[in-house]
Amino acid sequence: MIDPIKAGLASGWRHIDASTFTRNHTVDTDVVIVGTGAGGGVSAELLSAAGLRVVMVEEGPLRSSTDFKMLEAVAYPDLYQDSAARKTADKAINILQGRCVGGSTTVNWTSSFRTPSEVLDYWQRQFGLRSLTVEALIPWFALIEHKLSIRPWETPPNANNQLLAVGGEKLSIPVGSIKRNVKGCWNLGYCGMGCPTNAKQSMLLTSIPAALQRGATLYTRLRAERLRFAGNAVTTLDCQALQPDGLHLSGKRLQLRARHFIVAAGAIGSPALLLRSGVPDPQRLIGKRTFLHPVVISAARMPNRVDAYAGAPQTLYSDHFLHQAPIDGPLGFKIESAPLHPVLFSTTLPGFGAAHQQVMGEFTHAQVLLALLRDGFHPESRGGQVRLADDGSPVLDYPLNETIWEAARRALLAMAEIQFAAGARSVTPVHELANAYANWTEAKPAITALPLKPLVCRVVSAHVMGGCGMADSAQRGVVDHRGRHFWLENLTVNDGSLLPTSLGANPQLTIYGLAARNASLLAGELVSRTAPALP
Amino acid sequence: MNVGRRQLLRTGLAGGLLLSFAGWLNAAGDRRLNDAEREMLSAIANALLDGALPEAAAEREQRLAVTVAGIEKAVGGMSPATQKELGELFGLLVLAPGRRMLAGVSQPWRKTNTSEVAEFLQGWRGSRLQLLQSAYAALHDLTFAAWYGRPENWLAIAYPGPPRGYF
Repeated sequence: MIDPIKAGLASGWRHIDASTFTRNHTVDTDVVIVGTGAGGGVSAELLSAAGLRVVMVEEGPLRSSTDFKMLEAVAYPDLYQDSAARKTADKAINILQGRCVGGSTTVNWTSSFRTPSEVLDYWQRQFGLRSLTVEALIPWFALIEHKLSIRPWETPPNANNQLLAVGGEKLSIPVGSIKRNVKGCWNLGYCGMGCPTNAKQSMLLTSIPAALQRGATLYTRLRAERLRFAGNAVTTLDCQALQPDGLHLSGKRLQLRARHFIVAAGAIGSPALLLRSGVPDPQRLIGKRTFLHPVVISAARMPNRVDAYAGAPQTLYSDHFLHQAPIDGPLGFKIESAPLHPVLFSTTLPGFGAAHQQVMGEFTHAQVLLALLRDGFHPESRGGQVRLADDGSPVLDYPLNETIWEAARRALLAMAEIQFAAGARSVTPVHELANAYANWTEAKPAITALPLKPLVCRVVSAHVMGGCGMADSAQRGVVDHRGRHFWLENLTVNDGSLLPTSLGANPQLTIYGLAARNASLLAGELVSRTAPALP
Repeated sequence: MNVGRRQLLRTGLAGGLLLSFAGWLNAAGDRRLNDAEREMLSAIANALLDGALPEAAAEREQRLAVTVAGIEKAVGGMSPATQKELGELFGLLVLAPGRRMLAGVSQPWRKTNTSEVAEFLQGWRGSRLQLLQSAYAALHDLTFAAWYGRPENWLAIAYPGPPRGYF
């Protein structure tokens, strides 16, 4: 198997591992992009295509298919924030987020959905984002879908997904197919550990190579520390090099000077950078309204083998429970399957000793559903807040209030009912006090009575959104509909932190589409302003 | 104020003092686990993994040592902020007053048995203090990740491991 990244590096791509710095540096360029995930990757490709000099800054390492061993013990420390154990301040929510070149797109499960129209309608009504209509975004989604091979998945779903369809059909709950950004996928099931066959069309394999091919520079192991600004313009990004361990500072620095700065460090990293920089924020909006799609989980024991580690991780979904109430009513939720691997499953399972061992012993028969709650629409669902710890690192407070728990309970009930309808021998909500219930008659009153509290009911997240939300005015947003900061004229936010609410859908395609639109508008502006005078 | 509430406040206050002391002990920065921490983590893993660990003493001891080494490696890969928090937790648990008062374990860790440790873990798991609940969760997650991250422990759960072939 050819490793296209290794081949590109051999051909002369400009990648600099900042942990090798022996002195401080200063570099001038046209555009600096902080982060190489869905937002940063697309930005780098489009701006370099416009002929601009682009420098990318990534805190994580550059890893590629030869490094992707399909082993959790290797992948989690290497490719994820805090070894896949990033937590909210009270430790009640575990967050899966990438920390490598390609960001979360390198480790996500490839699920691709366009932004739901009811979400765009809500943004127009509540945040005045009149230009972000379904029609206006069609070309951007189409462009990305073409570039990243986002298509219906023709291979039959694995048993873990198929059981969602079986249960849904029995209960007349519609179930749909998920589009995936893959090309020549081997259907292995290890997307979360980095694609070993180069099938996943992540930023690592598409936009970033395109930018590097056009001469962009990629720094890794480099932390964006602070934006410096004078008047209403950013002048410099101060960066700190990390040691080869990727964790501690080496003491060497890099100053990047540019015409324009794009912040795309993810919805925890981007607000944190703006907060550290002290950029103008008179309404104190930066870091607020951070959303997670809080996820609750239901584990079933099936009579036959499920082997939920094998095959494309997510291929079916149900939006039935997103449409039971108005979008700003009681929280709706999307149901999907979750792939299982020994570390992720054993750490997520509550309890220990013989009881834990017994459930682990049935690992191959386990079928798991997850419900992602659509936060950010109900008046009492205002999400969390990113703030800074004493050392300047980000901390996310996300209070789990009654509005969330009310929806979590409905979700645990709905998932258990689907799993029993699909033939489950028992269903266990992932909760410290729940038991394995033998049938729906037993499960329904038990789940109805479960105390739902932080650290007692397991909550996880793989979708961090918001914190630098878009709006039509500085009164209710950090940036405008193009991601442009309201106060600093050469600063753009271009990642998931743009979103003024969550989505009720896996966010990668929304971020790609918005980032493509914003980067194209910016490229047009930057290039026309510097059109070279002909001799 | 009833007795339970007074007890809780006292434990909370003393716990806070202990935490700041343990934090002071760990203020020097990241470091390898010391022998006391290894003993403590081994005793805790011995209870968490009861049922998964082999019964024979020598083999059990060896597998526990490998698991504790795995925990050490995992902690070393986490962010400095997380490492500091875990260092405080470990520092607290190896101090005799912390072990006795917060964990309720009267004997030194190496002399404990699984049921005694299991009782302490269940106590933290069901505690009304979020600090203790989250400390339990950290010990739970670190231990099971170290165990199930290792291929020799996959046979027992019939996980075949990643597909082998030409990649």
